[in-house]
Amino acid sequence: MNVLDAALDFAFGAVALAIALTAWRLLRGPTPADRVLAIDTLYINAVALVVLLGIRLGTDLLFEAALIVAMLGFISTVALARYLSRGDAVE
Amino acid sequence: MSTLPLWAEWSVAALLVLGGVFTVVGAIGLVRFDDFFMRLHAPTKATTLGVGGVLLASLAMSWMRGDFGVEELLITLFLFVTAPVSANLMAQAALHLRVRSKAPLPDDVPRD
Repeated sequence: MNVLDAALDFAFGAVALAIALTAWRLLRGPTPADRVLAIDTLYINAVALVVLLGIRLGTDLLFEAALIVAMLGFISTVALARYLSRGDAVE
Repeated sequence: MSTLPLWAEWSVAALLVLGGVFTVVGAIGLVRFDDFFMRLHAPTKATTLGVGGVLLASLAMSWMRGDFGVEELLITLFLFVTAPVSANLMAQAALHLRVRSKAPLPDDVPRD
């Protein structure tokens, strides 16, 4: 087992731990803004996880998946934040 | 994957470890900070340094394999452009919901 595999394993574990902690904040709240912030952090961690999987499998295909996750996550964060501040996602 | 020179392997591994550490640091800040506006500050570390480190490692891997990683650059650029926008929108939503801040007022602010 070389150093790159060990670092990849460490990064996988770190991102999984970060996702668990963020999910705790998502369930705990206490305000709706906190939950939106937790969802925003969750999608960023999901992008990191997909990129790590792409490094491990050695393919370029998963980076497009990561790009799509990033775009949809940003749009959902914008929609949720505008829903909280305006009461309506699309005006 | 094992065809890389040793220095390249170690630098990619260092970037991966850096990214993982900063992702966890951002999540710990998200859990431990006291109010929403402090918590808003913590996951930006996970965005810029955590995902940035992982994507730099991936970019380096693509270079070693001989092709230029356009997708990694696009993801990095997209995340770095959109992170302040979404943070600003969430702060506006929290202000609209009148989320309480636990930060003390500065001394020169007139009280009521």
